[in-house]
Amino acid sequence: MATVGESRVTYDARGLAEPDAEAPRIAEIDGEKAVFDAKELSTRQINLELRRVLYESGVTDVTVLNPGAKHSLGVGILTRCRITFGGSLGYFGLGLIDGPEVHVKGRVGWSACENMMSGVVVIDSNAGSLTGAAIRGGDLVVKGKVGARTGIDQKGGTIIVLGDAGSMTGFMMQRGRMIICGDVGHGLGDSMYEGTIYVAGKVKSLGIDCVPGEWTDADTELVERKFRIYGLGSPPELQKFVCGKQLYNYDTLEPSERKLVI
Amino acid sequence: MCGIAGIIYRDGTHDVGVEMTRMLQSMKHRGPDSTGYALYGATADGGYVMRYKLADANDRRGFEFAERLERCRLEVEARLGELGAQISSAERETEYAFRLAFRFEGDLKSVADYVEDVPNCEVLSLGRSLEIVKDLGDAESVATQYHLADFVGTHAIGHVRMATESDVDISGAHPYWAYPFSDVAVVHNGQLTNYWQWKRRLERAGHRFQSMCDSEIIAVYLAEKMSGGASLEDAMHDSLDDLDGVFTYIAVSADALGVAKDEMAAKPLVLYEGDDLVALASEEIAIRAIIDREIETYDPYEREVLVWQR
Repeated sequence: MATVGESRVTYDARGLAEPDAEAPRIAEIDGEKAVFDAKELSTRQINLELRRVLYESGVTDVTVLNPGAKHSLGVGILTRCRITFGGSLGYFGLGLIDGPEVHVKGRVGWSACENMMSGVVVIDSNAGSLTGAAIRGGDLVVKGKVGARTGIDQKGGTIIVLGDAGSMTGFMMQRGRMIICGDVGHGLGDSMYEGTIYVAGKVKSLGIDCVPGEWTDADTELVERKFRIYGLGSPPELQKFVCGKQLYNYDTLEPSERKLVI
Repeated sequence: MCGIAGIIYRDGTHDVGVEMTRMLQSMKHRGPDSTGYALYGATADGGYVMRYKLADANDRRGFEFAERLERCRLEVEARLGELGAQISSAERETEYAFRLAFRFEGDLKSVADYVEDVPNCEVLSLGRSLEIVKDLGDAESVATQYHLADFVGTHAIGHVRMATESDVDISGAHPYWAYPFSDVAVVHNGQLTNYWQWKRRLERAGHRFQSMCDSEIIAVYLAEKMSGGASLEDAMHDSLDDLDGVFTYIAVSADALGVAKDEMAAKPLVLYEGDDLVALASEEIAIRAIIDREIETYDPYEREVLVWQR
């Protein structure tokens, strides 16, 4: 068995890790629920087992115990389901997902939920840099603090952070919403095209073309609704930041939307 | 990409050799070229420990290679004797790497300079408790070669290297000793863009460089600052303004361990602060390799310097 930290991971000529690995088939399945312990499994084995129970066994609610901060767990799950990780994930956790409701009872490393399309991810603790990079939809809730470049290239969805965020938060943001309840570092919203960033704490500095926005009733409704859905209590007083549109003036319509307009 | 790691216990001595090996081995994918350790053991009884090498792992073995190494080894010990050092133990760690313990009253720079005048000699570390071990290969192979499973100490840092701009050899491997400052070492993940400016500046100040690796600058820079009276923490704060590029580095002294991140926070570091120890690494899996339970970790922010004293 290949495990993190030991020299037994095999690679093929394409550089694929553990090309011959198979799902370990260890999950205890009870109707639509399943649980398995990932402590002794490699990244590939965990992901194969996750896929097996979700796609082949009729399971819609799976719990993964002892993920051990391994990288790239839960990536590319494209079905409506509920996943609970009983601990922390490493880098690139939950990337490219489309549909799942995920609860991480720990922390996630760099690039959590990169390119997430839809679904909900709730992280109980902190997350690293590049959290929610390029997400296109869904809700990502981090109850701790996050690192630098959170929501870089965000194209949709909502990122909620109860703690602080690092520098260049919302860098090149293109759409969607971000709610930061703590302080943020330098360069907030640098080079953003569209989207809205709400910040409760101090902003070290605004990035290029990021400007304060006018608060509307729609903002209040959105923030209160999101906090209500995730049981986060009363939202703090927030400042709104948007794109000043002095730097770039790109067409913000999706191709399908442009066809409708034309 | 490289991987860096550090561990410091708040009290007592522990198996830091084994623990650092586990941390570095779990990040082998970040740097397969070489692995290095800076380990702090029990303070030598009024004396110093010096680690040095007389050749590189991948040097071409010509005629009389072994004889040349032996001649150089004897010359190193003779030169220490000339300077008034009293050698208490001399160990050959590998074919080309050695460990000497000795008593000495005087200027460490003169020791390092005179010893390094022996052909192909490089002092890897010199201090009361610091021992730098580095070689080609992954952590397990280096630890086995240098018997690090037996190393008991108070704190340690380590590095797995993916060479980008300088050679794959021991001189290019981290950690770097802060020549000629006793007991200070550095590991670095990143790239310094004002390397040449600082190298010329520090060479004019009398410092020597053993490699073409930009990371060596940080160690020597800190040594220059500390020899001027700055604390490790102050020197690290100054480095945020003076060093240009992307970097996360860990620096250690005989009683402290610190980390510094550049203003873009472009290189990763995950940090765990427990009641008994502080552990930090480029990836959390390295910390989890020695702490087998759920823990609270976080990423330090940009322009942050954090130092823990023992």
